[in-house]
Amino acid sequence: MSGVQLEGLSKTYSSPEGPVHAVRGIDVSVAAGETVALLGPNGAGKSTTIDMLLGLARPDAGEVTVFGRSPADAVAAGAVGAMLQTGELIRDLDVRELVAMVASLYPAPLDVEETLALCGIGEIAGRRTQKLSGGQTQRVRFAIALVSDPELLVLDEPTVALDVEGRRGFWTTMRAFAARGKTVLFATHYLEEADAYADRVVLMAHGRIVADGPPTEIKAIVGTRTIRATLPGVPLDALAALPGVASAERRGEAIVLTCTDSDAAIRALLAAHPQAADIEIAGAGLEQAFVQLTGDGAGRAVTA
Amino acid sequence: MSALRRRGHRTGGASLNVTYLRFELLRTLRNRRFLFLSLGFPLVFYLLVAGSAHSERNLAGSGLSAPLYYMVGLVAFGTMSAMLSSGARIAAERQAGWHRQVRITPLPPRSYLSAKVMTAYLMAGLSIVVLYVAGAAMGVSLPAGRWLEMTGLILVGLIPFAAAGILIGHLLSVEAVGPAMGGGIALLAFLGGTWFPIPDHGVLHVVGQLLPSYWLVQASHVALGGAAWGTRGWVTIAVWTFVLARLARRAFERDTSRV
Repeated sequence: MSGVQLEGLSKTYSSPEGPVHAVRGIDVSVAAGETVALLGPNGAGKSTTIDMLLGLARPDAGEVTVFGRSPADAVAAGAVGAMLQTGELIRDLDVRELVAMVASLYPAPLDVEETLALCGIGEIAGRRTQKLSGGQTQRVRFAIALVSDPELLVLDEPTVALDVEGRRGFWTTMRAFAARGKTVLFATHYLEEADAYADRVVLMAHGRIVADGPPTEIKAIVGTRTIRATLPGVPLDALAALPGVASAERRGEAIVLTCTDSDAAIRALLAAHPQAADIEIAGAGLEQAFVQLTGDGAGRAVTA
Repeated sequence: MSALRRRGHRTGGASLNVTYLRFELLRTLRNRRFLFLSLGFPLVFYLLVAGSAHSERNLAGSGLSAPLYYMVGLVAFGTMSAMLSSGARIAAERQAGWHRQVRITPLPPRSYLSAKVMTAYLMAGLSIVVLYVAGAAMGVSLPAGRWLEMTGLILVGLIPFAAAGILIGHLLSVEAVGPAMGGGIALLAFLGGTWFPIPDHGVLHVVGQLLPSYWLVQASHVALGGAAWGTRGWVTIAVWTFVLARLARRAFERDTSRV
């Protein structure tokens, strides 16, 4: 069974500052039953990609197929459930009623009560939607995406408004849903989420795909740390050869080591050069990792 | 998760269904501002205005009793509010981003709008019933056929307002829709004759006859026998319907083609 295919997709928006190339020709193939994370910093083009996948935006070029159909046909058949990045709930209904209202639009929805329980909102089922907290609203939006029992579940930055506990509960539910053979695509800018909950990670930056592979592979690419220390007079070659160090550079009196394994690197550094001072170890962060990966800071990103 | 059951008896799917409509209706009934505008306000003013003149058998030479005339006058006010309130709801749902959520369900955009119009009509029906009951309590008495004819004319006269609701819902922001509706309805009701019979000559007469609200109020003339509207009324309503429906369609299509 074919899953989701994105072929040669691109999308440019016009903005007051001129055209914004949100997505610049991407190819992604998601097999049925797979859980894929779309990982990238804000403005990478994730939401625009999701809008095209759902048929909410028309690509300038390229094609989307969802289980062999156009997005519109897949949506009309009730095969797609999605939690969009932004969006409030409509008012004057309680939580249970809103979920039931959405369920009524689908040919074979899940049981409403069970969906509420599953999403951890059974206790607030009788509360009006306009009286919910941000985290509660987010869970109701998840219930709305799930209640249709979709073949494809699309989640755009789903845990933004949730606290730590809420996140854990959310992902547990998502995993249980995916375990039923469902296809899941979620966008996130948290490496940990992509690493922990996806079978595969597609890394996006500046509207392009910069890496696509299993989480361990992606983690090795973007999960780097840097060690910074004052250490004059030591040749860079010797530093770059230390275990766990990918590259070394000098900035005046200081050296900066980009590490794949910062623990091993710091031990080796101190053993070899005990005079190293002012040591700082920092996570590179996605943004920085992406700038390195894409090799330019020039492609202006959009927050779409 | 394997314990999850599907609901077997669902009739859902692509088209409108009773469950969906029921919730739309429930939402409208829970909206206090709407209830006030289309039910409370017209009823209170009816009781005040018609109550103070309830023995007047020939209001301003119209040949109609005050309780009958004001009953239909305030039905016009309440039903216009009911119909246009769909615009307020559409605008609010667009602002909330809910229209995007709806677009990724199997509900076609057209059915979404149909539900809004049907809800608006049901609410207008409620407004009619409430004022008819109040009218009957004030001594309005008509043969059954006249009641029916009058109601029919009002329902037809509301068609342009159904289109107008869709139009303003796609055209205006939530902030603008309230004042626009309030002002528009007040003006249309005033010029249409809700508060006093429009004289049969002069500027008010000319202006009034061009407005759909005038013909809503005019439905009360069924009580005099003969046609309450005449060709002029039917043509006016038809032209408003045609123009507003075209504009509404354009606004709707522009909105759905946009991201």
